[in-house]
Amino acid sequence: MSAGAAKTAGFAKPANSPVSLTFALLVLGGVGSQSQISALNFTRAAVGAGHRVMRVFFFSDGVAAGSAQNVSAPDTDAIAAQWSTLAAAHQIDLVVCATSAVRRGILDGGEASRYDRAITLQNGFEISGLGQWVEACLLADRTLTFG
Amino acid sequence: MASMKKSFLLICRRAPYGQSLAREALDVALTAATFDQQVAMLFLGDGVLQLLKGQQPAAIAQKALDKQLAALPLYDIEMVYVEAEALQQRGLALSDLALPAQALSADAIAEQINMHDVVLGF
Repeated sequence: MSAGAAKTAGFAKPANSPVSLTFALLVLGGVGSQSQISALNFTRAAVGAGHRVMRVFFFSDGVAAGSAQNVSAPDTDAIAAQWSTLAAAHQIDLVVCATSAVRRGILDGGEASRYDRAITLQNGFEISGLGQWVEACLLADRTLTFG
Repeated sequence: MASMKKSFLLICRRAPYGQSLAREALDVALTAATFDQQVAMLFLGDGVLQLLKGQQPAAIAQKALDKQLAALPLYDIEMVYVEAEALQQRGLALSDLALPAQALSADAIAEQINMHDVVLGF
């Protein structure tokens, strides 16, 4: 199939050829999961190597990354703050799945007023639907799941 | 964007209940199908248990996943693959499943993963 051939050709380019790829990441694991750290590390490495991470979509327990309420150990930044900083520096969309988020108490201004609760979404993140993830899959050269 | 089309392969590796990923993978499949994308699902390991027919999860306050998966063809998701070895290890046959599926060898699974544009793991 042509798609498979194109993929192989992409990987086969010589190491000294400046290939810049666009990535979209799906993060499924909660804040206690290695998946969050791995996704952060991957993003730092990818942008450091000249690639673009266009969107990180937080789904299932992964939405916990977008909570402004998380407090981490004194010597480290909370996951949400690390993502915000990285995203601001490299124009990365941080999108939290709406259905997963409201179930887990992560609400933006709109959801907070709809359900009469407090706003808990970290600045730099947005809440949206799964369509945002499908769109990212269509626009990116590569998609990766951090489960 | 409306005209873009890719082939999606969703790999489901978890048991149907105990966490929400099985149901969430289904949400992704249906969303991609709504966007008129070509979607296939591949069930590996304990994931094959998601397809077992006759699930009765009311006792644990869950909705039956097999009934929802059985509706996949209504969303034009007709390519459903299962790991042949996983079925065999669990003493299951294709006739135990809630919808028509194709059993694949490890080599055929690798080929499917290579063939699809977007591969997502749940």
